[in-house]
Amino acid sequence: MSQAEGVLRRPRPLWSLGLLRSEITTTFRRWRTLALLAVLAGVPVLVGIAVKIETGDGGPGGGGGQGGPAFISQVTHNGLFLVFTSLAVTLPFFLPMSIGVIAGDSLAGEAHGGTLRYLLVAPAGRTRLLLVKYATTLTFCLVATLVVALSALATGALLFPLGEVTLLSGTSISFGEGLLRALAIAVVVALSLIGLAAVGLFVSTLTSSGIAAMATTVGLLITVQILDTIPQLSAVQPYLFPHYWLSFADLLRDPVYWDQLQKNLGLQALYAAVFGSAAWARFTTRDITA
Amino acid sequence: MPRYEPTEVTGETDGGRSPKRRKAVRYAVPVAVAGVAAATIGLVPAFAGSGSPDLPKISAQDLIAKIAKSDVQQLSGTVRVSTDLGLPSLPGGMAAGGFGGGQGGEKGGHGQDGASAAPQSKLMELASGAHTLRVAADGPEKQRVSIVDKAAEYSLVHNGNEVWAYDSGSNTAVHSTAPDAGRHGTHKRAPKGLPGDLKNATPQDLAKKVLQAAGDTTSVTVDGTARVAGRDAYQLLIKPKQAASTVGSIRVAVDAANGVPLKFTLTPKSGGAAAIDVGYTNVDFAKPAADLFSFTPPKGAKVVDGDKQRATAQREHGKRFKDFGSRKDAKDLRKDFGGLNVIGKGWTSIATIKGAGGGLPSGKDQATAGDAGKFLDSLGEKVSGSFGSGRMFSTRLVNALITDNGTVYVGAVDKQALIHAADAAK
Repeated sequence: MSQAEGVLRRPRPLWSLGLLRSEITTTFRRWRTLALLAVLAGVPVLVGIAVKIETGDGGPGGGGGQGGPAFISQVTHNGLFLVFTSLAVTLPFFLPMSIGVIAGDSLAGEAHGGTLRYLLVAPAGRTRLLLVKYATTLTFCLVATLVVALSALATGALLFPLGEVTLLSGTSISFGEGLLRALAIAVVVALSLIGLAAVGLFVSTLTSSGIAAMATTVGLLITVQILDTIPQLSAVQPYLFPHYWLSFADLLRDPVYWDQLQKNLGLQALYAAVFGSAAWARFTTRDITA
Repeated sequence: MPRYEPTEVTGETDGGRSPKRRKAVRYAVPVAVAGVAAATIGLVPAFAGSGSPDLPKISAQDLIAKIAKSDVQQLSGTVRVSTDLGLPSLPGGMAAGGFGGGQGGEKGGHGQDGASAAPQSKLMELASGAHTLRVAADGPEKQRVSIVDKAAEYSLVHNGNEVWAYDSGSNTAVHSTAPDAGRHGTHKRAPKGLPGDLKNATPQDLAKKVLQAAGDTTSVTVDGTARVAGRDAYQLLIKPKQAASTVGSIRVAVDAANGVPLKFTLTPKSGGAAAIDVGYTNVDFAKPAADLFSFTPPKGAKVVDGDKQRATAQREHGKRFKDFGSRKDAKDLRKDFGGLNVIGKGWTSIATIKGAGGGLPSGKDQATAGDAGKFLDSLGEKVSGSFGSGRMFSTRLVNALITDNGTVYVGAVDKQALIHAADAAK
């Protein structure tokens, strides 16, 4: 009976859930997606092994706090810190790059493969298709982050002891609470990527070449990351989407420091609104010829 | 190919408008969103900044009394510190108003492990750039200051006679004992320096220091009102009357309700951005949670005995550095330092350190030319007067003259005043 209703002009919300489900399955069945996830899962393993080898003979010295990614000196004491280190390592580049690939490919890839018009034949409407594509990308953000976190947790548990977690403020919390904070951090990291996902989606509506869209999104990401490090641009930097990315570490302070976290989420929402609506404006008025 | 025209799309009926017009309307949406966001970002701080609340008039005298009377013991909040002294490597002692010429040398001298967690070197970082601090205080016995860094934090916890410093970057905790009453002994520096420096980070003590310096050399007025950290505040405007001072003005925003200084801004005479800007971005006068002030070194952290470390450091570096250690204010310095002299008074005080035997290593290095001398040449500008010749090092606030015979003149005064002082000493 739902099929009968599906033919009507106003499909039930369930229908778009079906569309979303099929989109997600298609995306996650692609070899490209799996390869991206495999690379992401490999990063924590590499970091973990590197730290293990480095500190293996020298004892649990911690190896000095200077240099290296955040939290790395803590990893030897507590495997859970590998989760934080891995997220800090992958967040500036690996994670957003894979988001850029998925988001850039979302519509432009379909257009390039000539399948976009078939998608539009279905009575879903362009707005709905766009939303489904965006939701798929966001799902990938979450999955990718969780893959990094879980892989790091597994590696950390295998190579290093687990136990009480020392927060940045020097307070110790139980391992269970530490796990909860790790999960919260993974979610915040995933949310940090929604701005970039919207940018990628917008770029994807501009062209009919999947490769071009991916390259543009990733190029844009690198450019913005570079701009974010130039001190002369400090006036603009608070409005660049990666600016507050590392604020997820604020969840590890004793009274959690919400200021930057809020700024980050607000900024991501703003980027999602601006570029999401730009993508909508472009996609719903565009001539689809492929 | 009408089949692919967007107007054909199901569920997107839009009346009889032309596709072109519809396109324009749709593109207006993201533009509008971006515009509203930009307007909000641009206007909200502007409104917040111009919001000067209506408060009953108050004289400068009363306002200062209000500050002095203020007995707020409990507060927690976030402090934003930005310093722009014009020379990033400048020792931080100057930021606190003292003549901390020795701090830089001291910092360099202590290049041993554990130093990264030592309070002195960490607090020195506050002397340049922008930092966020979280402060909490509950009476004179319990204070906590955390320097919030990117993915790292540095905490100082003072509870009774225990002082803990924890550096998350190196996972090191430094433990020291605060003095009960005694001021002397070899451990003088840490316990004294610690709580002192700790308090320097809050606007209260900076303001207090300034008020002490006021006299007939200073004009103190109330200059309107402001909103700081969401609270109504009076603005105290402090201006040096002496023309040679490099300090343009100092503004202290004082909470109208309880007299707590909320913001401290020091603008150099040369204009531009504030040289020192310390202010609460949010503040709460409720009693902070008690567990904020209890610190147990986390498992796996390296614990350094701060008292012992300091004692060995002093032994190693000998007397020279011991003198620097007790930098507290000009008075202490004068006592400890044979060659130090303060000329003038008020804002135009100039500290003179007699060369050669004195403690400033740069004075000697420079005299012996070589690479160090060349390096100094690149930093300082050559000046000469009837005193002979020397090099002038200048920043936005503090100028220093090192004469060729090694005497150092330092002060928050313009270059001419330093040369005059040198001439007069001749």
